[in-house]
Amino acid sequence: MNYTFLVYAVLSMGGIGLFFSILITLANKKLHVEEDPRIELINDLLPGANCGSCGYGGCANFAENLAGEKSQLSDCPVCGAEAAEKIAQILGVDVETGERKVAIVMCQGGDGVVKKKADYEGIQSCIGATFVSGGERACNYGCIGYGDCVAVCPFDAIYMNDKGIPVVDRVKCTGCGNCVEACPRNVIEMHPISHHVFVLCRNEDSGKNSRAVCKAACIACKICEKAVDGVGFTVENNLVIVDHDRYTKELVLPTEKCPTKCIVIVGEADEA
Amino acid sequence: MKLKSFKKGVHPEEFKNYTEHKSLERLPIPEQVFIPLNQHIGAPCKPVVEKGQAVKTGEVIGTSTGFVSSRVHASISGTVKAIDTFPHPLGMNSLMIHIVGDGNDEWVDTVTGESDWEQLSGAEIIDRVQDAGIVGMGGAAFPSHVKLTPPKGKTIDTFVLNGCECEPYLTADHRMMVERTQDVVSGTRILMKALGVSKAVIGIESNKPDAIEAMRKEAASFNNIEVIPLKVKYPQGAEKMLIKAVIDRDVPADGLPLDVGVVVNNVGTAIAVAEAVTRKKPLVERVVSITGDGIKEPKNIIARIGTPFQNLIDFCGGLSEKTAKVIMGGPMMGLTQHTLKVPVVKATSGILCLTDFSIIKNKEYPCIQCGTCIGVCSMSLLPTRLARFAQVENWQMAEELGILYCVECGSCAFVCPSKIPLVQQIRIGKMCVNEIKRKEKLETA
Repeated sequence: MNYTFLVYAVLSMGGIGLFFSILITLANKKLHVEEDPRIELINDLLPGANCGSCGYGGCANFAENLAGEKSQLSDCPVCGAEAAEKIAQILGVDVETGERKVAIVMCQGGDGVVKKKADYEGIQSCIGATFVSGGERACNYGCIGYGDCVAVCPFDAIYMNDKGIPVVDRVKCTGCGNCVEACPRNVIEMHPISHHVFVLCRNEDSGKNSRAVCKAACIACKICEKAVDGVGFTVENNLVIVDHDRYTKELVLPTEKCPTKCIVIVGEADEA
Repeated sequence: MKLKSFKKGVHPEEFKNYTEHKSLERLPIPEQVFIPLNQHIGAPCKPVVEKGQAVKTGEVIGTSTGFVSSRVHASISGTVKAIDTFPHPLGMNSLMIHIVGDGNDEWVDTVTGESDWEQLSGAEIIDRVQDAGIVGMGGAAFPSHVKLTPPKGKTIDTFVLNGCECEPYLTADHRMMVERTQDVVSGTRILMKALGVSKAVIGIESNKPDAIEAMRKEAASFNNIEVIPLKVKYPQGAEKMLIKAVIDRDVPADGLPLDVGVVVNNVGTAIAVAEAVTRKKPLVERVVSITGDGIKEPKNIIARIGTPFQNLIDFCGGLSEKTAKVIMGGPMMGLTQHTLKVPVVKATSGILCLTDFSIIKNKEYPCIQCGTCIGVCSMSLLPTRLARFAQVENWQMAEELGILYCVECGSCAFVCPSKIPLVQQIRIGKMCVNEIKRKEKLETA
């Protein structure tokens, strides 16, 4: 058997390989870009969900901007206190960790609670339904119920309950705010985790009109306001406004007195 | 002779036989009316009456300081019972003035008898149109005085009157052209004078031979008005398509008819203008076709603005038992209603009642890339691509492919063999792209 061909092939391929490897080594030396070693460290500490709440393309992009001092650590609402502290150490800055915020769904008008006004057959999304009289539910302020918020949550922290109302998992929720933006009715709000008392209704119609469409609507009856002598609960624009700073645990009364049970205690007192 | 038309488009079954030979009937004055303060494109009006105040028919009850807006008038005489939110046929709840009638239908004294409009200048005509609260009555409800005031630097040479009525079922414009020919033509002449143009063309689809004949006869004494029969095709009543069909000019996709020296108005608008200019009569009533297989006696009705749909339907013998859908407007672009309490607004050209039999239940299948929608898009867009980009939220590509030029005529969704709700998806896309553009504008400013 003639091995000459084999030898030629190995030599020529090896030669080409060697030539290009030398070329690429030289190029690497010549075109080397010094990357801030902190970027990788920061990126490892960031949540890695690429949720976009910071306003950048993703966590890696945000890390670059942090290292370049173009953005601030507080721009990332998702990052926990522990990670934030470590990143602050790397960057050599002081950390200001605010209280963790979580999403609150300000509506209880699920199927069977709110009146149904029509059958909807179009695109099964909340934003799609807003073009067609706002879907099936009769309330013009409340949850439409097709789960646009569930679809955008990068942390799997929202699910629809059996009545078609989104429920936020207060442990998983990082407060990125994607659901707030996705909701066409602005039913979802961000609140510090220490706030527990909420009026879960957005219906600004008069009591008569809101009661006509939903059993769980705030009817602006002012019973809560009177029960607490106006401390913590005030009725404005046919809705109750809760003053979270002034509301204390001793004033649990209104939640029981509310005729439509729209004042609700959300979460546990000791969660953080 | 080959009839004129535009390129592409569709030809849905017409169903005009329900009402096309039925004369206009006047609805008895309703007991109560709900008059929305936003019946037009532009700034909504502010109420100028108070609860408990007595009003006469034709009295101004809502005005706005914005130029692109249109005032509203009481359509019956009576007392203002409430100023509150009520369901609006566009799907939301909006601020309306609820008037309970006294049954006398007493008019305001500014309404005069016939007067000679030819003495008036163009500016005076436009003032009267604005005072009467006239908007485009084909369905878009764009304030007419704005259309009649072209921005500086634009010259208008042709006036086009839209008598196409390309939506299936509807026959309001058709009956107006047959029965109120004189008003249509004098309205056309008034609008021509207001715009200072010497040439007018009236486009009528060939499925209305009696209207074409009547209009030709009436217009014969004026050598500058031409009636052009058009091939029956949808969406011929859209401004851009109509201009292409009647005078063969291409309106740029992002432009207005003004850019090619044309103003288009609807037949109903011409009649309203004729009444407003000769008699100072404000826009308080309009012709509505009540049609479809879900209504017992289909009719063409002259109804006061603000009359609840229920009144009109009762006047037509009521809904039949199998009625499943009530739509304001035609089947292609109309809006399904969820309550019959909604009032007739300035843009209500018809109330279409359909039974289960006439409604195709749309089970959606995946796109099979057949391209039929592309073949019919009158704006030469790619509906399937646009809907797809809107679905995956690729706003940049959607905008590059011209999502904002879509006129939402619904031809694509009509022909789609997979029954994909293309228009709804594109509308979501348009809204989001506009939102992004608005934000960008704010940031740069």
